Order: sequence, then C-alpha cells, then structure tokens
Amino acid sequence: MTFEIVVIGTSYGGLSALQEVLPALAPGFGMPVVVVQHRGKDSDNLCEFLQRYCALPLSEPNDKEAIAPGRVYLAPRDYHLLIEKDGFALSTEAPVGYARPSVNVLFESAADVYQEHVVGVVLTGANTDGARGLAKIKAYGGLCVVEDPAGAKSRGMPEAAIAATSVDAILPLPEIASFLNQLCRHEPRSSYAS
Amino acid sequence: MSALLQSDQTQLEDIEIALLLEGLYRVYGFDFRDYSPASIKRRILERMRAEKIATVSAYQDCVLHDDACMERLLVGLSVHVTSMFRDPSFYHTFRTKVVPILRTYPTVRIWHAGCSTGEEVYSMAILLQEEGLYRKCVIYATDISRDVLRKAREGIFPLAAMQEYTGNYMRAGGKHEFSDYYTAHYDNVIFHPALKTNVVFSEHNLVTDGSFNEFHVILCRNVMIYFNKALQERVHNLIYESLSMFGVFGLGNKESLKFTPRADFYEKLDNRDKLYRKVK
Ligand SMILES: C[S@@+](CC[C@H](N)C(=O)[O-])C[C@H]1O[C@@H](n2cnc3c(N)ncnc32)[C@H](O)[C@@H]1O
Repeated sequence: MTFEIVVIGTSYGGLSALQEVLPALAPGFGMPVVVVQHRGKDSDNLCEFLQRYCALPLSEPNDKEAIAPGRVYLAPRDYHLLIEKDGFALSTEAPVGYARPSVNVLFESAADVYQEHVVGVVLTGANTDGARGLAKIKAYGGLCVVEDPAGAKSRGMPEAAIAATSVDAILPLPEIASFLNQLCRHEPRSSYAS
Repeated sequence: MSALLQSDQTQLEDIEIALLLEGLYRVYGFDFRDYSPASIKRRILERMRAEKIATVSAYQDCVLHDDACMERLLVGLSVHVTSMFRDPSFYHTFRTKVVPILRTYPTVRIWHAGCSTGEEVYSMAILLQEEGLYRKCVIYATDISRDVLRKAREGIFPLAAMQEYTGNYMRAGGKHEFSDYYTAHYDNVIFHPALKTNVVFSEHNLVTDGSFNEFHVILCRNVMIYFNKALQERVHNLIYESLSMFGVFGLGNKESLKFTPRADFYEKLDNRDKLYRKVK
C-alpha cells in the first residue's frame, strides 16, 4: 500500500501537539502534509509561528495551488480548505460544527480525491470534528491514526474519532511523527497534483 | 464498506452531480457546471440530507420538477459570506497605494464583481469619502443573486456585527468614528444613504454576461474561489478586458494571479495584499 497524502486535524491543545509532531517529520518527507488547526478569526500569525518548529516549508495555500510532497500546508483562518484533483480549493461556506476551517471538510474532500492513499491523523481537541471525515477515509481504505486520548491535552476529538471508525493506530503523541516517517519509506506514486 | 464499493459509489455520484448541474442549466438557465467540484458536491449532498433524499438522481427528479425545490438548491449552492473591511490590511494598502493613483484621474469607475450583500461596497464608499474622492467615483456593484442585491441596496446590517466591523475599520486606517456612518435602529443599523448616491447595483453573471464598461478599479474578491480553473481563466479574461490600462485589480486574500493566463499582464502593487495593476 502506498500513501500519497497526510491530513491532520486538531483543535484545543493542537498548537503544542503540532509543535511536537512537525519538527519530527523527516527532512524530505515524501508526502504533502495538510493541517487543519481550529483557529480564531485573528490568528494571523499562526503560519509564521509554526514554521519556526518545522524544517519542511510550511504555508497557507492559495486557492487552486498545486499540492506538493515535502511541504506542510496550513488551512487559513476563516476558510475551509478542500482538496480537488488539480490542487487546493478554498471556501467560506458556513462553518461546519462551528468550525471554519473544519477537519471533516478537509478529510472528506481528501478521501474523495486520493481514495485509499490517504493517511488521516486526529490529534487533541475538545469537540468531535474529524470523526466523520476519518470514517470516510477508512471507508475508502485509507489509514487512520489517532492520538491516544489518555495522553491528549483534550480527549474529545480522539475519542470521537475512535468511536466513529476502526482506526489503524492509536499512538501517544511522541510516536506519531516516526510512524508517519515510516510510511514514507516506500516511494509514493506520482502525485495527483503534479 | 470495502474500498472498491466506496470509490464506485463516488464515481457514480460524480456522474449524477454532473447530470444534475446540466439539468439545472438546461431547464432553468443557472450554470454551475464549472464551479469548484469539491465544494459544490458538499453543498448538494448537504441539501439532499436536509430534503431527506438518498440519491442524487432522486434529488434531480425533485429539482427539475419542483420550482420550490430548485429555489432551495440555489440558495444552498450560493455562498454569500462577507463583511465590512474584510481583511483590513487590504483596505489599508488600498488607501496608501491605490488612492494616490486615483487622485490623478478626473473620474473613477469602480466595479465590485460579486458584491454579495454590499458590505464591501459600503466599506469602499466610506474609504473614498474619507479620501475626498467619492464625488468623482461611480461604483458598479454586481452579483448573480437578486436577493443579495436587494439587501445591498438597503444597506441595513445587524447591529451585532458592528463591533467586529469597527475593529476592522480602524485597522484599515479609518479616519473617523465608524458609528458616524450609520444609525442604529433596534437590532439593525442603516448606513447613511449618502454612501450609495454614486453606487449602481445591478445583476451581472460572470459566467454568462460580458464586459459592460471600462473600469479603473475592479474588485472580485472571494468569488472565483468557487469556480474551477477553466472558468477562472474565462473570468480573468473578462476582467482583464474590462480594465483600463494601468487599472487596479483586487482579489481575495487567498487568491492569486499566478498560473492564470493573465498573470504577466499585471504588476503587484503590494507583496502581501492582493492588489495588482494592469501594465500590458
Ligand atoms: C463569498 S461572496 C464574496 C463577497 C465579497 N466580494 C467579499 O469578498 O466579501 C461570493 C459572491 O459571489 C457571487 N457569485 C457567485 N457566482 C457568481 C457569478 N457567476 N456571477 C456573479 N456573482 C457570482 C455570489 O452570489 C456571492 O454573493
């Protein structure tokens, strides 16, 4: 099985979780990593902040931007981030479960395009966003990873995700990046976006 | 459900959605065929859940035979989210980099394409008034939706939004009290009618209608994100053709001219805010 994209969703506690996961991603990580962190309307500098913890280039994608491996993409504030065949798409349609960006919106659109080649990761968060999206990733035969609720800053999102589908791995935060690095050892197929 | 089943189901659904959009166009004339597929699909499936209909084909039956059902779909397909001085730094940059250009023109024609309920238009009117330019400007505010245009014409917005807008206004370089521009009335505020004396609101569809004037400024913000690449290209051409030489073009914060056929015909006015000047 080859994987082609990693999608990560997190909410409350996510900033410190990402500060732990992102720096541990191997240089030259072979897949694109797309992150939804629930964020307020004035969280303008999140991107610059997270870049300090991440060796891979990190950016907020523009609409229709191509999706490239070895890069981290952060959903911009106040937009949903969706994945399409030829790149990213943005939308300001209504918040989903009070969230814009919404994890479910990212996960479901990623599954529709990349099908079984998606790795979905749900980290700490105090709501249930991501559960439905992770179930969809699973339905396509993708890989589902959830932060162990026992150690998570907030158990809500991990527990909801575990309840929603049969996840493949429940891991403590420090093990998640190395797990993802392992998946990259196989050369990914050519990306849809290239 | 197995992987195969899920992907077969998706493929079928994509075909059904294409047929539904084709039907919507052929029967009613509303052309969503070249809108951004992921988001249009989300919104169709959402509507189906609300209507308690299981398949897109069954939904098509309802949409094509029942006007009310079609109207609800239209509402569901439209995204009108907007706010006053949205992305304040955009307006700040407009003040510092575009206003000096506009001062040199005897008259200024501005087009807000996809103006939604008008918040963007009133923001611009306020800015132009503060810069002493409003009197020589004509603002054309257009949208595909008659409903939002009616609201835009009224200029009535919820009082609850004013706190956020006041903050935006100040960060955008506002020179007065924001509350000078409206009168509160119960839960709403009404913006001063003087702000719309030089505004022409009218219906215009970027997909099917052509150019209708030559403008010095065109703002088309957060409209084309709902279009696929092919349609974006067409609209970029339409905008290019409607802009005078050295005219200014403004996009939403997360939109880019890069990779569009007209990219080389513009120069950036700013590195962060999406303001461009036509140079060829
Ligand atoms: C998200 S709003 C953007 C409002 C405003 N420009 C802003 O940035 O805040 C998008 C608007 O584009 C309009 N729109 C969508 N398709 C259109 C088309 N084909 N022609 C003209 N307007 C369209 C919608 O009706 C909606 O009001």
